Amino acid sequence: MSARYGMVIDLDLCTGCGSCMVACAAENNVPSLPQSTARTGLTPIVVRKVSNKMAGSARRETFIPIMCAHCEHDTPCVKVCPQQAVEVDKETGIVMQMPQRCLGCRYCMTACPYHARYFNWWDPSWPKGMEKSLNPGVAVRMRGVVEKCNMCHARMHSAKEKAAAAGKREIDPADYIPACVEACPTGAIRFGNLADANDPASKAARSPEAFRLLARLGTEPKLYYKSKEAWVRALAESNPAHGADQSQEVQRG
Amino acid sequence: MASSVLTDSRWIARGAERTSLSRFLLWLSPWTVLLAIGVYAAGLCLFYGLNQTNMDNRFAFGLWIFLDLGVIALGAGAFFTGFLVYILKRVELKPILNTAVVVGFICYSGAVAILMIDVGQPLRAWFTFWHPNTHSMLTEVTFCISCYLLVLSLEYIPILLRNRQLRKLPSFLVFEHQLHKLVPVFAAVGTLLSFFHQGSLGGLYGVLRGRPFAYRTGFLIWPSTFFLFILSAIASGPSFLMLITATVEKISGRRLVPPEVFRRLGFISGVLLGIYVAAKSIDTLVWLNITSKAEGFAPWQFYSYKPFGTPILFAEIVLLGLVPAFLLTFRKTACHRGWLLTAAAMACGGILLNRFVLTVQTLALPTLPFDEFLQYTPSWQEVASFGGVIAYGVILYSLSFRYLPLFAASKGEDEHVSGN
Repeated sequence: MSARYGMVIDLDLCTGCGSCMVACAAENNVPSLPQSTARTGLTPIVVRKVSNKMAGSARRETFIPIMCAHCEHDTPCVKVCPQQAVEVDKETGIVMQMPQRCLGCRYCMTACPYHARYFNWWDPSWPKGMEKSLNPGVAVRMRGVVEKCNMCHARMHSAKEKAAAAGKREIDPADYIPACVEACPTGAIRFGNLADANDPASKAARSPEAFRLLARLGTEPKLYYKSKEAWVRALAESNPAHGADQSQEVQRG
Repeated sequence: MASSVLTDSRWIARGAERTSLSRFLLWLSPWTVLLAIGVYAAGLCLFYGLNQTNMDNRFAFGLWIFLDLGVIALGAGAFFTGFLVYILKRVELKPILNTAVVVGFICYSGAVAILMIDVGQPLRAWFTFWHPNTHSMLTEVTFCISCYLLVLSLEYIPILLRNRQLRKLPSFLVFEHQLHKLVPVFAAVGTLLSFFHQGSLGGLYGVLRGRPFAYRTGFLIWPSTFFLFILSAIASGPSFLMLITATVEKISGRRLVPPEVFRRLGFISGVLLGIYVAAKSIDTLVWLNITSKAEGFAPWQFYSYKPFGTPILFAEIVLLGLVPAFLLTFRKTACHRGWLLTAAAMACGGILLNRFVLTVQTLALPTLPFDEFLQYTPSWQEVASFGGVIAYGVILYSLSFRYLPLFAASKGEDEHVSGN
């Protein structure tokens, strides 16, 4: 594997503004579906608000963006897909979803520990005129198939084409930046090659403040979080708590 | 003239007494209405998409998968009876073989029909055969269920061709005779296929590392649920056959099989259920004390979400497992028809509860630290679609019972239908 693309999200910098969600939707031609709910919507990134469950001045809150963690080992969704519509790209480590081959059985959604896969419950549609703003580099997905974050694969293709035109084999890291990373106003999301020890994202992932959700499952997720707050790191390691105050989702604008 | 139009006695096996055609049509009419509603609901799901259901991104599987797993387990009586009769030579079970095939065919064809509605792109179903992922339990399920449905169809055809009028066609008679010779081969192939897909259906959830409530370790590539599903299916299949036969006996007012067949089926079901309960208990203890803890989860916490508390675990293992196993094997209760059928119903209920726990409870429980417990209520389209499958089953079984020698004795089958 020549690269292991991943992300490190600094939760102390995340304001929960939802820019990443909007940018992701715009970049990836996510349809506008007013009939959808929080449980049926298409949001490859979901920003969730969580707290330390304390009251009064002791209460602390933070935002945790949830998206595909691009698990590297024993990838749950890849293993279960009956028709190889999901695969780990050996060149990049990105877990790729092929909607054209997807049966829509939703077994991968059942397998994903992060609930980061979404089903197209409706035919894609946009408000009149908005279809003119669709990204021509990304295919619109049809009803009845599963989709998820693919780390803005179209942008990687563009970067590859640019590199090829310049006679280079490797892409310039500055040319491949996912939409959410680009849109984050506080620079909370770092993206890079985790296999490159000098990459800023790789360095951030190795920070003592870095952690991964459900790392104990052994699937080697490539989505890292970072926080100086001990309670946030403790929350990430904890079991689902019965009766906990429920997390809230930030709505895409 | 009118009376000749309204009679179908020429199609009913000679010597078999059946109710009048008008009463039969009256019996079929409510089921036909239910079937029509089911077809309409299924049509809505196919035309407008799965937004017609109440499933969502986290509750990606719902009522249909639970019931599919349930009917496939209960339909296991088909392959298992064939296995007992043709492979283990338990010829005393032969009187129930035809009905086992029909029940199996109904269960499997109904399940496949529902699965075709349950996927987002049913026209891509063939992709699984063209681009199979050999590591996926669902691939194995798809291959084996498709093949086994074909085998069941081939087993059903000889029964169909034994209809009084169809037998008059020489080519059909020859075809039926030749197919009948192959039935033991079908039984052996069906057994092999069924062992795998019953197991793989259990493996579907057992391999889900991301769902700690369902995840199990096991033997080589197979999680323990693979083996538990096989055991539970072959334990409940004979009980379900008993229930179906007893229901038909009650409705038709006739004794269709000798009491020894019931007792034999009950004993087999009870012994296998006892083995299953022991294996399930060990599996639960291993999961509670080793598997779940190794993944860093507190297993008892999963039972703190109401209504999925420990009473469900107790009901699954003891009330609807150990108790019917005892009732089915204990001589005094096994010889009493009421107890026998009650125990059979409890055994089937226990297996359905097991499938419910593995499918619905697994998805309702949280995995991420800040996830919440989820609730899901199926939409009327989901309920009606499955109601349509039940209606299809009743109609097909009723037609088969009326026109085919379902409960024939081993000799002189269609001429001397015992007790019909």
